[in-house]
Amino acid sequence: MTAAVFDPGAAATEATDAILRDTLHGTARGVVVDSPPGAGKSTLVVRAALELADAGRPLMVVAQTNAQVDDLVLRLAEKNPELPVGRLHSSDADPYDKALDDLPNVRKSAKAGDLNGLSVVISTAAKWAHVKVDEPWRHAIVDEAYQMRSDSLLAVAGLFERALFVGDPGQLDPFSIVGSEQWAGLSYDPSASAVTTLLAHNPELPQHRLPVSWRLPASAAPLVSGAFYPYTPFRSGTDHGDRTLSFAVPSDGSGPDRVIDEAAESGWGLLELPARHTPRTDPEAVRAVATVVRRLLDRGGAATSERSPDAAPLTADRIAVGTAHRDQAASVRAALTELGVTDVTVDTANRLQGREYDVTVVLHPLSGRPDATAFHLETGRLCVLASRHRHACIVVCRAGVSDLLDDYPSTEPVQLGTLVKFPDGWEANHAVLARLAEHRVGWRP
Amino acid sequence: MSLISTLARLEAVSTGRAQPAATVRHRRLSERPLVFVPLTTAGEAGAPLGALVGTDRDAPHLLVVPQPRDRDLRFAFLAELADVVLPYIDAYAEDVEAAERNETDPETGQRVKVEVELCADAPQLIVPSRAGVDFVRLLGRSMRFRRTAEQDPEAPYPAPPRVPLLGRWLTHFAERARVPGSSLLLAMTDVLARHWATGQSTLEDQHLGALLAWIDLPDGETGAEAALRAELARDRDGQLLCPPAGPATDPAFDNKLLAPAIERYDRARTALAAAEDGLEADDRLGDLTAAEREIRALVASRTRPTWDAVWRGLDRLRELPEAARVEERWTRDRWSFTGHRDRVVAGEPPQPRHDDAVTAANKLAAREREQARLEAQEALDDPLVMAGRRLSGEAFAGEVTDVVMAYSEGKRPSPRPLVTVRTDDRPHLGERAKVFRSLGGKPQSAEFVGYEGDAEDDSALIVLRVLDKMGRGKEPEEGSVPEKGDVLCFTLFEHEQRGGAKLPDPEQTPWTHGGPPGEPESEAADPLTEEDVL
Amino acid sequence: MPLPRTRGTALRHRLAELRGPDVPAKALDARALAALAANPGCKRRAILDGAGVNKAALASALGSPSAFGQSQFALTRGNAFEAKVKADGGAELLRLVHEKLDRSAEPPAGARVPELTATGPEGRTARTALALREATGTHGEWTLLDHPMLALDVAGSPAFLEPDAVVVHPDGSWTVVEIKSFPMLDGSADPAKVGAAARQSAVYVLALEQVAARLDPAPRVRHRVLLVCPKDFSNLPTASAVDVRKQRAVTARQLARLTRIEDIADALPDGVCFSPELPAADLTAAVESVPATYAPECLSACELAFHCRARSRASGAVTSLGRSVRAELGDLTTVESVLSAARGESGDPDDPAVAALRRAARLRAEALGTEAVAACR
Repeated sequence: MTAAVFDPGAAATEATDAILRDTLHGTARGVVVDSPPGAGKSTLVVRAALELADAGRPLMVVAQTNAQVDDLVLRLAEKNPELPVGRLHSSDADPYDKALDDLPNVRKSAKAGDLNGLSVVISTAAKWAHVKVDEPWRHAIVDEAYQMRSDSLLAVAGLFERALFVGDPGQLDPFSIVGSEQWAGLSYDPSASAVTTLLAHNPELPQHRLPVSWRLPASAAPLVSGAFYPYTPFRSGTDHGDRTLSFAVPSDGSGPDRVIDEAAESGWGLLELPARHTPRTDPEAVRAVATVVRRLLDRGGAATSERSPDAAPLTADRIAVGTAHRDQAASVRAALTELGVTDVTVDTANRLQGREYDVTVVLHPLSGRPDATAFHLETGRLCVLASRHRHACIVVCRAGVSDLLDDYPSTEPVQLGTLVKFPDGWEANHAVLARLAEHRVGWRP
Repeated sequence: MSLISTLARLEAVSTGRAQPAATVRHRRLSERPLVFVPLTTAGEAGAPLGALVGTDRDAPHLLVVPQPRDRDLRFAFLAELADVVLPYIDAYAEDVEAAERNETDPETGQRVKVEVELCADAPQLIVPSRAGVDFVRLLGRSMRFRRTAEQDPEAPYPAPPRVPLLGRWLTHFAERARVPGSSLLLAMTDVLARHWATGQSTLEDQHLGALLAWIDLPDGETGAEAALRAELARDRDGQLLCPPAGPATDPAFDNKLLAPAIERYDRARTALAAAEDGLEADDRLGDLTAAEREIRALVASRTRPTWDAVWRGLDRLRELPEAARVEERWTRDRWSFTGHRDRVVAGEPPQPRHDDAVTAANKLAAREREQARLEAQEALDDPLVMAGRRLSGEAFAGEVTDVVMAYSEGKRPSPRPLVTVRTDDRPHLGERAKVFRSLGGKPQSAEFVGYEGDAEDDSALIVLRVLDKMGRGKEPEEGSVPEKGDVLCFTLFEHEQRGGAKLPDPEQTPWTHGGPPGEPESEAADPLTEEDVL
Repeated sequence: MPLPRTRGTALRHRLAELRGPDVPAKALDARALAALAANPGCKRRAILDGAGVNKAALASALGSPSAFGQSQFALTRGNAFEAKVKADGGAELLRLVHEKLDRSAEPPAGARVPELTATGPEGRTARTALALREATGTHGEWTLLDHPMLALDVAGSPAFLEPDAVVVHPDGSWTVVEIKSFPMLDGSADPAKVGAAARQSAVYVLALEQVAARLDPAPRVRHRVLLVCPKDFSNLPTASAVDVRKQRAVTARQLARLTRIEDIADALPDGVCFSPELPAADLTAAVESVPATYAPECLSACELAFHCRARSRASGAVTSLGRSVRAELGDLTTVESVLSAARGESGDPDDPAVAALRRAARLRAEALGTEAVAACR
């Protein structure tokens, strides 16, 4: 029996080629690409942009946040410093990253007219919505299209003839701060995601999927894929053993050190504190998170991977802390400052979307809660938190979350005509908990 | 639920009476609101059973459908309702003032000011509960596509023109009610719950009787006792002492009182139809009238307590002074009312069954803007609301301890004074975060520079750089810079909302959203089938 | 010699004792099963439902009668509508199934409507199973099962369920049809009611899957059910396909968890009995011996809710004001403990819940009153 050997590089190249073929030579007005975490979405966007520019097709790029726009500009300039790129920005103070000022071929302006004729013009959806054109762009790339709302696409879709839509369906859905039930079930529900509306009206558009996560290690890809992408599985680009994480300083036997060793070995670690109902900023859990980070830094971590066969030191900028709420992030930052740690990113799931680190430390969204809510069960939130790492993810949580999930009432209303979103938050949470339970380190601080 | 409102609820539990959730009234109450207390027939959509409606708390109009399954009687009810509601609306439509509006000149594409009419005041509908708002929407939907004899001479049940017109108005009111902060159509339970915290859950607050029991407390009772009585107490016949605020009725009422009465009415009608001579008919007409009177009395008995409760609620609400920015939001309601008046006058067709893509997106954007506006304005108008924002780190208040004059760099230096504020609050200030304070009703912005020194006894010294509203000169205008000793409140949220991007016209709907919807076809009336009558 | 009792029969015996001597078990219907998901953390509800206790009777005996009832108008209308939907051998119903769920199949010209009457629920269940097998075997035809009966194992005892209809498609797959009398107005319907209908249908899907599993090859039970409702303001039927995969998973989970009632029963003191014949004081004590997790949502989902609410309020539980109230309160669970912590009379000031409460209380007092406030006008 011969098992077909999965060649991730080949599979990814094949997918990318097909996407570029449809984008550059296809007849459809749109191409949709699903990209799971770390599957090379940005690389694809940059490559597609360069090839469209090469083909002499004026291109507009729509991203969702200014940080994403600046990041794309920097990446484009890195790949092709000669390419004339326009950065359309708002008229607020500090509208773009100062690093762009060092790029000679990047022109910045708050007026679209100033950027006429440039090969590529990049801006946020919000800014594009104010642009008026006589002649639409031949082509557009819409980045993070699953995080874009349908009404936001409506505002900009008149600016281009055809477009490549790229995004991650597993991350947080867009939301609105007021009720939108009256449009539920309509194909153009303004509060739905841009991709939902696009495909409802254009079901024949070619849809592709990037099949390989280059970020997630072999220990994480199957779990994240199974729990959050049940119908569109993906693989890890690396195998077990391709990446290692080791520490120069041996464990002192404490909970944080033991969970660090467990995570270094297996890719996952659960530091479980005794069950207790706490407010969101549970001081013990916050301290535990901070302590784990402190020990990660103190123990002289070193990471080897396909990128750096020589061990690279695990520095503060390669570690991130993820939380569900902003006040939790603020508390963790304060606790880290007390421990003398300053350069570690601490943020909520929303803000960690699209980012990548070697090791992440996550305060579980349900830790210590007396009740679960739809917010905390949202799969996108957990998916983001569990898929930012290249080597290991350590979750800090109080015991009892499993019971909390079991007691969660399921009486959701159902709107006729809407697509059922999968996976279910409950199932996904249980899947992640079950896996974490295999790497549990109990600790009473 | 914020901790402040949680505390208010717990205090209500502990003291046995409702506690303030606001110090001022955040909704407009008209001098002359039209109160509408409808009842509907269980199990049927759009089959009203009756209503109390009117502007005089002592003399409501009682409208009744003695046999809700009879289409003719239903239609007669709707016509009667129009006779009460439309004159009320018309009175406001006629009283106008001159106003200006920005419009796009169709030829030049320029924004120009246009002189238009704005209704000096707007009508206001008040229903007991959220279900009442939904029922107004449902009535509007059931009426606005009705055909008049003039529109369709063949229509089997032509409606008098005022019926589809009322349908359009009720639709407009119900749609406007979805706009945060609007006051054209209010549910009494929502308005009361906005201003008071009771010792029960928000779910239980949706029962008008129980909610009012906490707020408008009878002597010698606790809110919990009074609310329990309002929810559950029944008389010897098993009828609720405080009937549900509708439009749904209590099943015990339906089964024990209403069904037999309707049956007697049906029998009397059949008997009348079978009468063989005038004398007999007179007799039987008397029976029918008596049967109808009985049903009217039943409907009155179920609606009157709710009617009175709504007016008691209004009394309590009027005791609160109106918040400063309510007037501004009410003006938006007036624009909304005037706009619909103009569409009706211009002969535009009734609102379609479904919004098109552009209209839906515009509505969503407008409502999100109004939500943000409402949240900001309520906080600015009401220290209790602001307390909640301060607790959540979105605002801070404190005393100015130091002001240092500074200037911007560049050719024409402008004042950029540094202001230090001592606060016990804990705002979530990010690097160079923008904050705002209200200066003569306008927002003045400042930028977070940093914390000064070490926090002592829990308070912090926050240094801000004031950025604007200081005039054009090198020296700031008098009173435009905070002074030492001033007690100020800064918010992290903006006070005013920017308008959103302009969406394409519906006929320019892009391919991603299905393309242009095509010629607006006039919406067909709901077919009237034999099956309508069960 | 009597056979050793299995765990299952021991449990059944124990549950019968809980119901009380000679009190028949109240059959669980799909609505009750679906309602299990409304508050799965409530042990009181689990044991009472598992034991087949008539909760409405129990609530009345406790002095807190439930407030559920149905108007005869709604009943009449519902029955009339269902009859209309199923008239003419279900022609309209099958047309809707074809249009909404199975357009590629041959449109139904007529349908087999097998006779399903039999004696007793067991007999009807067997008759239904037989009819389903026959219909599945006759490929290429539509079959309508009008009020079939299905059995579902609930904590060791069978619950008998009666869906409005089940349709067997020409390809042999099965669809649950749920007929409701709330309207679909311009294509949308009350989401809460649709949700309830979806949960109820999911129970039928699970029961059908048990029947299907006994056939070889097992036919497919479709996870999209057909919800039939009156259209707009008429009583003409219209329909919508509803995907019940999530509800099915939830209900399957809840049913699996019902086996926990054995543990709950074991934890009860001896002699506990919920017979409505007992004096109110005894019943109150019996009910008290099983912990409940009351929340205001129970009021619309459980007959015992008014009783539990009264107990919850009497004990000062903050959750009687809503589940979400607890979110920021940490370990504090009673009204008095929260208020006294807020007043500074109790609680550890280093506990962030206590600290936040005190800040909230201070800010609230400041805004309401006496101190010179930073008015943000």
